[in-house]
Amino acid sequence: MTPQTSTPQSTALTFECETGNYHTFCPISCVAWLYQKIEDSFFLVIGTKTCGYFLQNAMGVMIFAEPRYAMAELEEGDISAQLNDYEELKRLCTQIKRDRNPSVIVWIGTCTTEIIKMDLEGLAPQLEAELGIPIVVARANGLDYAFTQGEDTVLASMAQKCPPKTVEVEKEERNAIGRLLNFGRKKEEVALEELGYRDHAPLVLFGSLPDPVVTQLTLELKKQGIKVSGWLPAKRYTELPVIGEGYHVVGVNPFLSRTATTLVRRRKCQLINAPFPIGPDGTRAWIEAICADLGLEPQGLEEREAQIWASLEEFLPLIRGKSVFFMGDNLLEVSLARFLARCGMRVLEVGIPYMDKRYQGAELKLLEQTCQNMGVATPSIVEKPDNYYQLARIQQLQPDLVITGMAHANPLEARGVNTKWSVEFTFAQIHGFSNARDILELVTRPLRRNNSLKDMGWDKLIQVEAP
Amino acid sequence: MKLAYWMYAGPAHIGTLRVASSFKNVHAIMHAPLGDDYFNVMRSMLERDRDFTPVTTSVVDRNVLARGSQEKVVDNITRKDGEEHPDLIILTPTCTSSILQEDLHNFVERAQLEARGDVLLADVNHYRVNELQAADRTLEQIIQFYLEKAKRQGTLNQTKTPEPSVNILGPTTLGFHNHHDCRELRQLMADLGITVNAIVPEGAKVTSLKDLPRAWFNLVPYREIGLRSAQYLQENFAMPWVDITPMGVVETARCIRAIQAVLREQGAEVDYEQFINHQTLHVSQAAWFSRSIDCQNLTGKRAVVFGDNTHAAAMTRILAREMGIKVVLAGTYCKYDADWFREQVQGYCDEILVSDDNGQIGDAIARLEPAAVFGTQMERHVSKRLGIPCGVIAAPIHIQNFPIGYRPFLGYEGTNQITDLVYNSFTLGMEDHLLEIFGGHDTKEVITKGISADSDLAWTREAQGELNKVPGFVRGKVKRNTEKFARERNLSEITLEVMYAAKEAVGA
Repeated sequence: MTPQTSTPQSTALTFECETGNYHTFCPISCVAWLYQKIEDSFFLVIGTKTCGYFLQNAMGVMIFAEPRYAMAELEEGDISAQLNDYEELKRLCTQIKRDRNPSVIVWIGTCTTEIIKMDLEGLAPQLEAELGIPIVVARANGLDYAFTQGEDTVLASMAQKCPPKTVEVEKEERNAIGRLLNFGRKKEEVALEELGYRDHAPLVLFGSLPDPVVTQLTLELKKQGIKVSGWLPAKRYTELPVIGEGYHVVGVNPFLSRTATTLVRRRKCQLINAPFPIGPDGTRAWIEAICADLGLEPQGLEEREAQIWASLEEFLPLIRGKSVFFMGDNLLEVSLARFLARCGMRVLEVGIPYMDKRYQGAELKLLEQTCQNMGVATPSIVEKPDNYYQLARIQQLQPDLVITGMAHANPLEARGVNTKWSVEFTFAQIHGFSNARDILELVTRPLRRNNSLKDMGWDKLIQVEAP
Repeated sequence: MKLAYWMYAGPAHIGTLRVASSFKNVHAIMHAPLGDDYFNVMRSMLERDRDFTPVTTSVVDRNVLARGSQEKVVDNITRKDGEEHPDLIILTPTCTSSILQEDLHNFVERAQLEARGDVLLADVNHYRVNELQAADRTLEQIIQFYLEKAKRQGTLNQTKTPEPSVNILGPTTLGFHNHHDCRELRQLMADLGITVNAIVPEGAKVTSLKDLPRAWFNLVPYREIGLRSAQYLQENFAMPWVDITPMGVVETARCIRAIQAVLREQGAEVDYEQFINHQTLHVSQAAWFSRSIDCQNLTGKRAVVFGDNTHAAAMTRILAREMGIKVVLAGTYCKYDADWFREQVQGYCDEILVSDDNGQIGDAIARLEPAAVFGTQMERHVSKRLGIPCGVIAAPIHIQNFPIGYRPFLGYEGTNQITDLVYNSFTLGMEDHLLEIFGGHDTKEVITKGISADSDLAWTREAQGELNKVPGFVRGKVKRNTEKFARERNLSEITLEVMYAAKEAVGA
């Protein structure tokens, strides 16, 4: 792809892999939200000073008092293999166990452990047995992954620690056989029905969301009579959901393709391919896909979606007909692009660090369809974009809004381009019907802010030096 | 392996990049995996820089790991050379990619064949030195490179400027209040009638480095960055240097006297005594503050100081000498230069601590229970937990160290700023103390909050639990809105569903 690309006109999505020099956060960032999500965990990032300084500084997450994450800082002796990895990790984990007593220690492997080929997966089981504390190993390295995919590596690894069966499950199964023989209904069944649940295969949701959002999505499914058996991850490691063979699973985030694959291959789960519950359109499509998969007829979703759209009306005039450019950062780009297209925006480019066309299949289809329905051109999707070329394209296309990583936001603003940090969408509560408002709150903020400044003449805040 | 929760100094490549991107029209290429390039974020976010950070990552991914970089790094260097025509491109690995043992020297040589500008490999050991040492070394390396180049090309200019002049070595981007210090030092030099020949690296052009030997002397305001360059310039160009940090009234005077001596040696008839006297007694408010009745109350108060060598040493002496405050502990995280620190603070404090383990410093603060702490953001945090006021005097940098207003630490305006910092830290402590004695200003506790205090609505346990998760400062509002919503619909019980329906209805 060349720096200069004209506005896409096609109606089918185009995919390009620019394989350029691009910037995103390191995948070890996932520690910042996962340690908060899993309350009884301890995250140990095994890496260099570079990794530690990143967590401390760029993420703005200072490793302050009583932290539940730390660095195992690799020193020269570790790199040159003069020290024994097992003994070193044992020393550190023993200290962590003594000081913090977590229910699980998550080892976060980094680029450096990859390069020196430290066998974390091999060391963990032995140390786990010796210390009597579960150890989850995730290779959240920047050689293979970008930003949010760090969560994917942790959940994929954690999925294998989920109990395949519980005692209760066995009981239920026996009951199910009994039910068949008796043609009768057991008490539990009746109780479930009284609570408003319908009879369906067990469903587990995967993806880390803040607790209030977990509650909202769970309730949303409950309205359809769907009982969520569990979430991966749960609030506590000790409450990891049972994931058995034949369980139906569905992701809430577009960056969890490894977790999905692991659940399908290792746990023989049935993956529901759905768009992601971002925006009222996505949330409805997500619930519909789950209903369809479980053989249930969705109820009242059309009204529900319409009602949410009505509540968004105050924001929509601000963005209708405006253009948006995603530089690509957190892999939420396609879902957000689809929602913003549905809001009436023209999406010029969707940069994305990594594109799994299969796991994001339903989402991509919905994006294409949305663009067609809205009568706007479909965007080109640029995998591993080159930031320098992107800046040239931004210069040429003059989008009304650029959604970008933190490194480029201020310089673009100084050149009169409206920007929003992509990382805000990673941390804000954007999933489900109710939170669609918060997405638009974020998206329209730069437009509203710059509207209020528009008569000041403060658009170009850089001085061009005479050569 | 080392269990680490906090780092006082960053990794080596950050130091290299700080120096590289301080220069004008210099670009750095990082040979590093995705995510190691957060320097760009720091510069754009912390320093609020308006320009794109001149650092590009040549991404090391699984392919590079398997087959080596091959042409990638060389291509990226020549590409950047063609795109932006920088005078110099500096190549640096990070901790991670430095262990790949690729022949980066060779990459640089090959790129140099094609590139119009200069290409240089930053020469630092990423496991043995930290950010500060690497910055010091990279600055020396660049200066040396350009002076040798000028020597070879015969463009070196060693003629001294007609009037006394100075090179200020060391101020960089992402340095602790460096921009403000720079402005203050410029003013100070102007007041002394000294021309600033160059400030390096901040805002300098590498093409002008060949004129460095024209200055009469070098000033190194910060111990951490610039000293090696000054030593190199003395060894090779017989340039004298002054490395007294002009921080605090006494040290600023000492620095000016050292400059006076250096200039007199070179035949300039300068006498700065009157200037020093005037500034000390009448312009700077710091000496007057020390004599004022306010400062009397600080006498004998106990303080802990911790930071980098430059700021911790200077602060210790300011507190002890200029304000009569008892420094019970002075510490530094610059372990590699500990002897200098010990020598500097000897006699001005009870205890000396050299450590980069934040736990150790935290424990010392807890044990000593000082009336105030002057440290880094980490000590500020620790002090907050212990209920001790703390002023931040040193890096690691934080967004708060890039204030919009003018806040230098050096020179005579710096003395005022430091006085304010010290006074405000202690006053807050004294206010707390007075409040304790007199039981505070508020005599009545606020019992009711808002109209929904005597609510007739029943909250289910789950809903109450959810409400408790809402941050305290908006909880009241959420509660009121939910109850209003429930009343309007004649609901007597608030369940989770009601709560979220209410949230949607009010759009909050």
